[in-house]
Amino acid sequence: MLRYIVHRLLLMIPTLAGVAVLVFILLRMMPGDIVELKLLAEGGGVDQATIAMERARLGLDKSLLGQFWDWMKGLATGDLGISMWTGRPVSEEIASRLELSLQVALMATVLATVIAIPLGTISAIFKDTWIDQTIRVFAIAGLAVPSFWLGMIIILTLLLSFNWIPPLTYVPIYEDPWHNLSQLIWPALAVGYRYSAVATRMTRSTILEVMQEDYIRTARAKGLRERIVVARHAMRNAMLPVITVIGLEFAFLIGGLVVTEQVFNLNGLGKLFVETVTRGDFTMVQALVMLIAAFFIFVNFVVDLLYAAFDPRVRYR
Amino acid sequence: MNVKALLLIGAALVAVSGAVHAQKRGGELKFGVSAEPPNYDCHANSSFAFIHPVRPHYSTLLEFDPKSYPKVRGDLAQSWAVSKDGLTYTFKLRQNVKFHDGSAFSSADVKASYDRIRNPAQGVVSLRKAAYSDIESIDTPDANTVVFKLKAPNAALLSLLASPWDCIYSAAKLKQDPKFPEKNILGTGPFSFVEHAAGSHWVGKRFDGYYEKGKPYLDGYRAIFIRNTAARVNALQAGEILAEFRGHSPADRDKLVNALGKKIEVHESPWVCSLVVTFNTEKKPFDDPRVRRALSLSVDRWGGAKALSRIALVRHVGGVLRPGYDLAASSSELAKYPGYGKDVKAARAEAQKLLKEAGVANLKFKLTNRNVPMPYTPVGVFLIDQWRQIGLNVEHEQLDTKLYQAALRGGNYEAGLDFNCDFMDEPNLQLLKYISADKSTINYGRYQDRTLDDLYEKQIRATSTGERKKLLRAFEQRVFDQAYTFPTIWWHRIIVHWDQMKGWHMSPSHYLNQDLADVWLDQ
Repeated sequence: MLRYIVHRLLLMIPTLAGVAVLVFILLRMMPGDIVELKLLAEGGGVDQATIAMERARLGLDKSLLGQFWDWMKGLATGDLGISMWTGRPVSEEIASRLELSLQVALMATVLATVIAIPLGTISAIFKDTWIDQTIRVFAIAGLAVPSFWLGMIIILTLLLSFNWIPPLTYVPIYEDPWHNLSQLIWPALAVGYRYSAVATRMTRSTILEVMQEDYIRTARAKGLRERIVVARHAMRNAMLPVITVIGLEFAFLIGGLVVTEQVFNLNGLGKLFVETVTRGDFTMVQALVMLIAAFFIFVNFVVDLLYAAFDPRVRYR
Repeated sequence: MNVKALLLIGAALVAVSGAVHAQKRGGELKFGVSAEPPNYDCHANSSFAFIHPVRPHYSTLLEFDPKSYPKVRGDLAQSWAVSKDGLTYTFKLRQNVKFHDGSAFSSADVKASYDRIRNPAQGVVSLRKAAYSDIESIDTPDANTVVFKLKAPNAALLSLLASPWDCIYSAAKLKQDPKFPEKNILGTGPFSFVEHAAGSHWVGKRFDGYYEKGKPYLDGYRAIFIRNTAARVNALQAGEILAEFRGHSPADRDKLVNALGKKIEVHESPWVCSLVVTFNTEKKPFDDPRVRRALSLSVDRWGGAKALSRIALVRHVGGVLRPGYDLAASSSELAKYPGYGKDVKAARAEAQKLLKEAGVANLKFKLTNRNVPMPYTPVGVFLIDQWRQIGLNVEHEQLDTKLYQAALRGGNYEAGLDFNCDFMDEPNLQLLKYISADKSTINYGRYQDRTLDDLYEKQIRATSTGERKKLLRAFEQRVFDQAYTFPTIWWHRIIVHWDQMKGWHMSPSHYLNQDLADVWLDQ
C-alpha cells in the first residue's frame, strides 16, 4: 500500500508538469494585453514608451522560453509570482479567497451527501412506487435547474419576502459564525441541490445494480433482515461510484462556482478565476490552474484510497 | 417608466433641492463599486473603480465646486492669481494641513506630485503627462506658495489642476521611493486608510487632522466591490449598500423607485461620456470620406436618443462636446451638421447617393463593440438597424474589453464603437479622440488630418471664449465632413441612493465629488 501511495504521489509530478506546459502555451495564444487593459481600458491616454516600460516591468518583454523558465523556477521554489494586475503576491491573492471557496464546497458536499445517500437508497428500495417517483422528480429537477439560477431565485425570494439579502462581505466562521453562516448557507444550498441530485441518481442506480448481485441473494437466503442486507451488503459496495462522483464534484466546486459566486457576490476562487482570465493576468491564471489541477489529482488519489477502505477486495500494490 | 415612478422621482428631486438639514456626525457609509482598482496610485489610474474607494484619502490642489460645477475652487490651494500674459499661476496654500501620518504638508509636496506627473521617474506610470506638457517649471518660493510657469498660455490649466487624479503625495515619501503610492495610501484627504480586502471591500476612517474643522461627518466608509449588476441593485434595494456612484440604467432606477419609493433619492444629469463610431481608415471602403459620411448621415440621432433613453443610459444628442456645456454647439448649430437634421428620410437618401457615388453597393461589414451591456449593446444594435435601413448588412461583433481593445488598437476591425469619457467638459480632452492618430493615443481611426490638428492647437491657445468657440465649431464641422470618427448619443447619468445619505452632489462626471468630505448620514 505504501509503495502504491508513493508511486501515485510521484506520478503527480509529470501530470502537473504537463498541465503547466499546456496552460502556459494556451495563455500566450490568447489575444489582448494586460498592460493595455490596465492603462487604457477607461480611456486613459498613454504613449507606447509607457506601455513598453510596464510590459518590461512585468517580464512580458522576455522570450517565451525565458518567461517559462522564470515560472518553472518559481514553482520549484514555491514562489507563484506576482499578480500582473494588482502587483501583490499570487499566493496572498489566492489564500484570501481559498478559505471561502473551501467552506462553500465543504458545506455543499455535506448537504449533498446527507440528502443524496438516504434519498437514493430509499428510491432504490421502493423502486417504481410513488416514493421512488417523487425522489426521481426531485433529483431530475436538481439536474435541470442551474445552480446560479436557483441562487438568483433564492436571493429574489429573500429580498421580496424579507427585504433582506445575505451579507456581502465574508467573515470567517471562527470570528462570527452567525454572519458567516447567514452568508454562505444560501450558495451552499443552491449548489448542494444540484450536487445532491447527481449523487442521488448515482446512489439509486448503483444500489439497484448491486441488489441484483449473487451475494445479495445469498445474504437474503441466509435469512438476513432486509435492512442488514441493504445497509451492510448492498450500500457498502454501491458506495464506490458514489464516492467518485462526490469527490469529483467537490474538486470542481473549489474553482468552478463561477456564476454562483457572482450572484451571491462571494469573493471566492471562481470569481477570481474569471476576473483574471478576462484581464489576461498570466501569473494568476497559471497559479489557479495549477492549484485546481493539483486539487483534482489529490481528490482522485484520496478517492482511490477510499475504494480500498470500502471494498476489501481492492488492494493496491 | 410608469407615472408612479415619475411622481416619486419628482418628489425626490424637489426634496433634494428644497430641504436644508443640519449635518449629523457619525456612521459608516456603505456603497457599491462594480470593479476594483489594480493599484493605489492616482497618477497611474483612469477608472471610476479607483476614484470611488481611493479619492476620499487624498486632496488635490484645486477641485470642482460640488455645488456649482464647472466652477473651480481651492482644495489645498487657498487662493491663486494668474499673470496677465497667462503664463504664471501663483497658488497660496492652506496652512496647518497634515498628512495622515502626522507630517506637515507644504509647497514641496505639490511640486513633487506634479513633477511626478509631468516627468515620472523610471518605472513610474503617469497617464497624464501629456496634459501638463505646457508647464515649463514649478517653483516653491516658500512653504505656502507654489508657482507654475507655462511655456504658452493654456485655457484649460485651472480645470486640469482640479483633476481628481492629481492626488498630492508626500514629497518626503516620493524622495525615498517614487513608487511609494503604488502600494501605500498616504494623503491629506478627509479619510485615512484602514484596509483593502482584495476582491471584497475597501475601508476608510475619519481623519481627525483634516484641514476643514468638523469634517468629514462620517466615521468612515466601506466600498464593497460588487461586480454583478443585478447583485448591486439587489444590495441597494435591501439597504446593504446606500449608494452606487457610477450610474444606473433606467430599468434599474424604475425597479428601485417602485420598490423603495420615498426612501430613496434619484439624481439625473447629462454625462461627460459619449459613444463614438470610428472607422479603420486603412481598410476599404472606409478610406473614402463619402462612405464614412453616408454612415454618419443615416443615423437618426434624435429618434435614437428618444427610444434608447427608455432602456439605456444614453439620452442626449450632441456634437463633439457634451450638450449643455458652454462651449458645445447650440441646437441651431447642431442642426447644420450632416446627420443632425430632423428630416431623416432626406438624410438617408443623401447617404444612399453618396454610397452610390463611391461605388459601394450592398456594403457588408463588422461593427466591433465592447461586450458591456450598458450602454454598448443597445447602441450597437441601434446603429446596425439604422444602417440596415439604407441597405447595409452589418454584423455585430461584441468582444471582452481586452479583445476589443486589442482589435481597436491593433487595427483589426472595420468599424468600431468606441467611447469618450472624461472627468470634466474640456475640449482639450474630448477632442483628443478626433485628432490624428500620431498625435493622440486614444484615436484608433489610423488617420492623419493636419487640419483637425491645427484647429485643436489653435483652440488651446485661444485667448477669448468667442475665439475658442469659433475654432471649435470649425473643428466640429471638419469632424462631420470627414467622419473618420463621429459621435452617436451622449450618456445620461442616473444615481439612486438611500434618502439617509445626505451632502452628496450630482455632477456630469462619475469621477467628481467623491471625496465624501461633505457626506453625512441622517440616522
